[in-house]
Amino acid sequence: MKVIVDQDKCVASGQCVVAAADVFDQRDEDGVVVLLDPAPSEELADDVRHAAAVCPALAIVVED
Amino acid sequence: MTSTFPATGERSGEAPEFPMTRAAGCPFDPPPQLRAMQEQGPPARVRLWDGTTPWLVTRYAEQRAVLSDPHVSSDVTLPGYPSPAKYTGGAISFILMDDPEHARLRRMVTAPFTIKRIEAMRPAVQAIVDRLIDDLLAGPKPVDLVEAFALPVPSLVICELLGVPYRDHDFFQANSKNLISRTVSAEERGAAHAALTGYLDDLLGKKIAEPGDDLLTRLTQQIDKGELTREQAASMGVLLLLAGHETTANMIALGTLALLEHPDQLALLRDGDDPKLVAGAVEELLRYLNITHNGRRRLALADIEIGGRVIRAGEGIILANDVGNRDPEAFADPDRLDLRRDARHHVAFGFGVHQCLGQPLARMELQVVYSTLYRRIPTLTAAAGIDEIPFKHDGSVYGVYELPVTW
Repeated sequence: MKVIVDQDKCVASGQCVVAAADVFDQRDEDGVVVLLDPAPSEELADDVRHAAAVCPALAIVVED
Repeated sequence: MTSTFPATGERSGEAPEFPMTRAAGCPFDPPPQLRAMQEQGPPARVRLWDGTTPWLVTRYAEQRAVLSDPHVSSDVTLPGYPSPAKYTGGAISFILMDDPEHARLRRMVTAPFTIKRIEAMRPAVQAIVDRLIDDLLAGPKPVDLVEAFALPVPSLVICELLGVPYRDHDFFQANSKNLISRTVSAEERGAAHAALTGYLDDLLGKKIAEPGDDLLTRLTQQIDKGELTREQAASMGVLLLLAGHETTANMIALGTLALLEHPDQLALLRDGDDPKLVAGAVEELLRYLNITHNGRRRLALADIEIGGRVIRAGEGIILANDVGNRDPEAFADPDRLDLRRDARHHVAFGFGVHQCLGQPLARMELQVVYSTLYRRIPTLTAAAGIDEIPFKHDGSVYGVYELPVTW
């Protein structure tokens, strides 16, 4: 599984962090998404897909 | 806005009035007419207070699509924007702007709302809630939960967030209450607004001299860089207060009433100890209650196709998120309050780039409140029948004006 984030689209809602804290973090200065793990393990797949689904800015893309 | 019941059997071709009225005896459910429109399916015209006829979108998937469409505007100054009240000109907040200016201003205040920073505030919020419950238990009964608990929690939390010193809390709370009260005059409300703006302006000056670890200090850094004026910063502070006060207070009071009406659900929170259950319960209550009940307002900037209809550039769009959150395509058995369901994909905070900035704080406050109040006051009950409770049917945010409780 590959994950791509778009920091320009991000509005810092933090919902990806709530969904998958091992994969997503937020920048200190403005809360914009930081991708911790661009290739998360399969067991995180549900959480990562959920993060992409709830992202209000559609800033997360998941590729299998 | 009138408060007449919609006529049964409208003349064909006449757009129904919006907002609509809830059914008597169903204060927690969206108006039946909205359900009917959702069942029928495609977006349909509704008529507003000023005679304009924007499109109403009632289905969950279509609401998300419109709210994330880049050809859709939030700019209240554009002709055709379906405003809930007369726009009288004057300064507007970034809520009613489009990108790039909206994004620029929003990013100035996102840092204090990171998950990490909000989590760090949890002990302070717990202390605020505990203290208010102590006072409640030591006081007379019955008591109005709105006045004694639901209103003070968020205003004290916002004090924490902004960096309002403890000695000024009473002043802050008294004025915040007036800002959103229905019983004070427009003049008093204006005076409260001016008092708070002046107070925050003054406090910003103090933060420049003596920086703290709070949102106002962060704003002074932006003032320093020339990205924000002092006036804008003070207005931003008042905006955050306004946005996060009545909303959270209404969730606390209305949520309590809903739980009292669903004792099996209340028991899960009262007797349980699982943070995951509490977090899930908060999402479900946000979905079920959907207190922002006048719809998200947008304007099409280009022709867009939604649910088989073409909405033309220049036409207004309203996304009725209350009924969107009851869409059976998105939530099984949607009218059931089920604290154990996965409701995390609700649209109570909206969707798209304008999704509620304060949502991490709101969530955390509600988690603390719902996991503490019923545990500490296990015999809490309403001291009035549900038909005696005054609901905010005409409010911009839904809730109850009073909630007499006893224990």
